[in-house]
Amino acid sequence: MIFLRRQLPLLVTLITGIVFAAQYYVPHPASEQMLTSATKWLQIIGGFALVLGVSSLFHVHAVKIRRKEAGWGYSFVLYVSMLGTIAVGLWSNGKEAVDGAMTVFGWVYNFMMVPLQGTMFAILALFIASAAYRSFRARSREASVLLIAAVIVMTGRVPLGEYLIPLSGDLSQWILNVLNASVRRAILIGVSLGTVALSIKIVFGLERSYLGGGKE
Amino acid sequence: MRGKGLGVRGYGRAMTQRVILAVSVIGLSPSFVSAQTPLSPPQDVRVFDTPSDGGGSLTMVWSPASDESAATKYQVLLSEGTTVPDPATMKVVAEFPANQRYVREAKWPWWTRPVERDQHQFTLRNGKGIELKDGSSYLITVARVSGDDRAIATPVQATPQPNWINWNQMNNLILALLFGGIVFYSIGIARKREIFLRRIPGLAAVDEAIGRATELGKPILYLTGAHDMHDPSTIAAAIILGRVAKRAAAYETDILVPHRDPITMAVCQEITKQAYLEAGKPDLYKDDSNFFITSDQFSYTAAVDGMMLRKKPAANFFMGSYFAEALLLTETGASTGAIQIAGTDSDHQLPFFVTTCDYTLIGEELYAASAYLSREPVQVGTLRGQDIGKALILGVLGIGTIVATLGALLDAQWPQLFLDLFKDVK
Repeated sequence: MIFLRRQLPLLVTLITGIVFAAQYYVPHPASEQMLTSATKWLQIIGGFALVLGVSSLFHVHAVKIRRKEAGWGYSFVLYVSMLGTIAVGLWSNGKEAVDGAMTVFGWVYNFMMVPLQGTMFAILALFIASAAYRSFRARSREASVLLIAAVIVMTGRVPLGEYLIPLSGDLSQWILNVLNASVRRAILIGVSLGTVALSIKIVFGLERSYLGGGKE
Repeated sequence: MRGKGLGVRGYGRAMTQRVILAVSVIGLSPSFVSAQTPLSPPQDVRVFDTPSDGGGSLTMVWSPASDESAATKYQVLLSEGTTVPDPATMKVVAEFPANQRYVREAKWPWWTRPVERDQHQFTLRNGKGIELKDGSSYLITVARVSGDDRAIATPVQATPQPNWINWNQMNNLILALLFGGIVFYSIGIARKREIFLRRIPGLAAVDEAIGRATELGKPILYLTGAHDMHDPSTIAAAIILGRVAKRAAAYETDILVPHRDPITMAVCQEITKQAYLEAGKPDLYKDDSNFFITSDQFSYTAAVDGMMLRKKPAANFFMGSYFAEALLLTETGASTGAIQIAGTDSDHQLPFFVTTCDYTLIGEELYAASAYLSREPVQVGTLRGQDIGKALILGVLGIGTIVATLGALLDAQWPQLFLDLFKDVK
């Protein structure tokens, strides 16, 4: 049992980790084919895993409805929406339009799903404004620097700002291309090293907590 | 072999003799003489399978002519098979000004460069009307064209083949192995003696956040990001979840982990279960603490926002990779008054996290979190290895800048020997 739960996954991780790291250095079509096959297998496994996810979703909300927990009405709406969408999806054969005519499934997607997603995305504009207000209050030296840099960049990025203060265009480009880009690169170097180090630990079995923790 | 080309050249030679005679009589300038020099075919033409590639490609190199300019052109000629009766009938597959396509423009590092940098090179690839089959022989040559005059070099036979090793990337492999060696060495050192870890405020606040949730009797919300388990940042988030869940179990505080990916959910269920076992509270573990919502970005965001507003978790953790949903999540969380700790390697979302969260783990700190929270020698040693790697990169950046500047000032080629070692060459 311990072999199946521990040693076998570690062995699979070691072998696949080394093989796919080596794949990066092998340009032969056989190597590319192997990568393509593995990617397809991952998609197939992902498809099966979706069953796991949907069953979890059904279970969590079924419990809420059964126990009449606070907000159980939302769970009921979720059940109705999901089962309804599955039903119309099957009825429309998974197609949004047939011979140019929109199916019920297409209607649900275009007139319910898309506007809802658009609404969520639109809220972002308001949240950016409120977040900017909070961070630009010059309460400390760092916040003041941020405020000044932000004002220069905002002025330099709009035609009217550059018309009123011609220098702001070049200055904002300098802030973005020199100060901002160098810091971003520094962060990315750190992230890349962290990624490589984590990968080494996982491939060689030094990091095992993703298997369910525990040391034995 | 040169058929039509030779005919043109023969006419050119006769004309040149007459012009030289005229020069000797009336004393015209030398530039006029060179304009009438017969066109010589490209010299030292070599064609070979493009090294370090996946096949379907041939590379040709040849010496530059002494008098080439944008006025003259080169044509690349291709023919299937091993013989061709007349090179002039070969298909023209490329044409370009004679002062272009040098080896120095190609991204060959010095250890795979087949000829000197001042030579011409052209790489023929499958596509755009060219079909090169691996294992089939082709005749290729290059012609020099000036007006109606054309001089064709002797065709060369070559066969494209796929290669098993990309030698261009050997520097990358050596650096990766070097870094791996440094990590293992650092782990060995960490096992022998204690290594200092600087304080990371975001991680030091984990206990504070869990303690606050315990005091208020409210749950902890933990998100693992937008990606699935193929992304190292999600793996790092899952590892940190284990540490957070262990402390939450010890404090007997509920933890909610909504997921966007079912596989990540399954992995995190195991991690959480193990954390409760290690904390000695297996009876408190709930399978439903990790649950799937949806893979859709904004549907997931709406669901988590609703959860924040209804359940009002006292502590929100945002670990992993995020996109546009970052601000929607954290701003909603901030409005509920929860203590918020974020950790991400998505540099484009960092400003939003810094603005709306109490603590933010920036970039590599996400990967350092596991070491910081566990203090295990393996984890701490890896962290030291990363630091040594960063010091090396910093050194290379400094030395590289000086060497490249010297190379530009002195117009020297030797700096390339150093710079190529640290270049990402595909």
